[in-house]
Amino acid sequence: MTTPATRSLMIEKELPYSPEKIWRALTQGSLIKEWLMDNDFQPVVGHKFNFRSTPAPNWNGVIDSEVLVIEPNKKLSYRWNALGLESVVVWTLLPTSGGTLLRMEHSGFRSDQDAAYKGASYGWQKFIGGLERLVASLQ
Amino acid sequence: MRRAPNAIFKSLADPTRRALFERLSHEGEQTVRVLTRHSGVSQPAVSKHLGVLKRAGLVRARHRGRQTHYRAQPRGLAPLVDWMSYYSRFWHDQFDRLEDLLERMDE
Repeated sequence: MTTPATRSLMIEKELPYSPEKIWRALTQGSLIKEWLMDNDFQPVVGHKFNFRSTPAPNWNGVIDSEVLVIEPNKKLSYRWNALGLESVVVWTLLPTSGGTLLRMEHSGFRSDQDAAYKGASYGWQKFIGGLERLVASLQ
Repeated sequence: MRRAPNAIFKSLADPTRRALFERLSHEGEQTVRVLTRHSGVSQPAVSKHLGVLKRAGLVRARHRGRQTHYRAQPRGLAPLVDWMSYYSRFWHDQFDRLEDLLERMDE
């Protein structure tokens, strides 16, 4: 069973555009570059690629990624591995009367049942759960 | 002194080290001998792991007689917390840029 208390970041916004249009912005390399980063993304599950941003101290600016989920106009997910942390980004598109509810979730761990990954991520989930309490105790 | 987040992630990626750090966080200061008893690995291995945690700024050592006492430095986790706030700002900015792009795109 996975812990619901994993550390993740979620942003949700309703946009006055169709899911199809937003999907294009999320999955066409040249468009992704315009709002996110330079990349060699391909909308193919299992495709390994990089996002490239400006190098910073202690970091070459490269994010190692792999496409995990492609459900056209509905759901997109890729790995986001950088600075020693393995994380996952999930985009969900829900049609609404006024356009699309776009949700982005960036979490430190995969929540699916990939057995090979599960062992490694379990410890982290547990650790991050305790991290919040620890940080709270710093005050 | 500020450490890079990758040094902290690397030092905590090992389950034995994570367990040592968690134990020190919850139980307070402990000797290497006591930590070894609970760790399931040898004392030299524990000392080596503690050295890695120390270099990452996550624990502090105090020598008394022949014993070394270790204490967790929770503040050493600050760069990790910064990482989360970094991505919060990052994604909000990228969302704005995505909206700008959608406005410019043809249907």
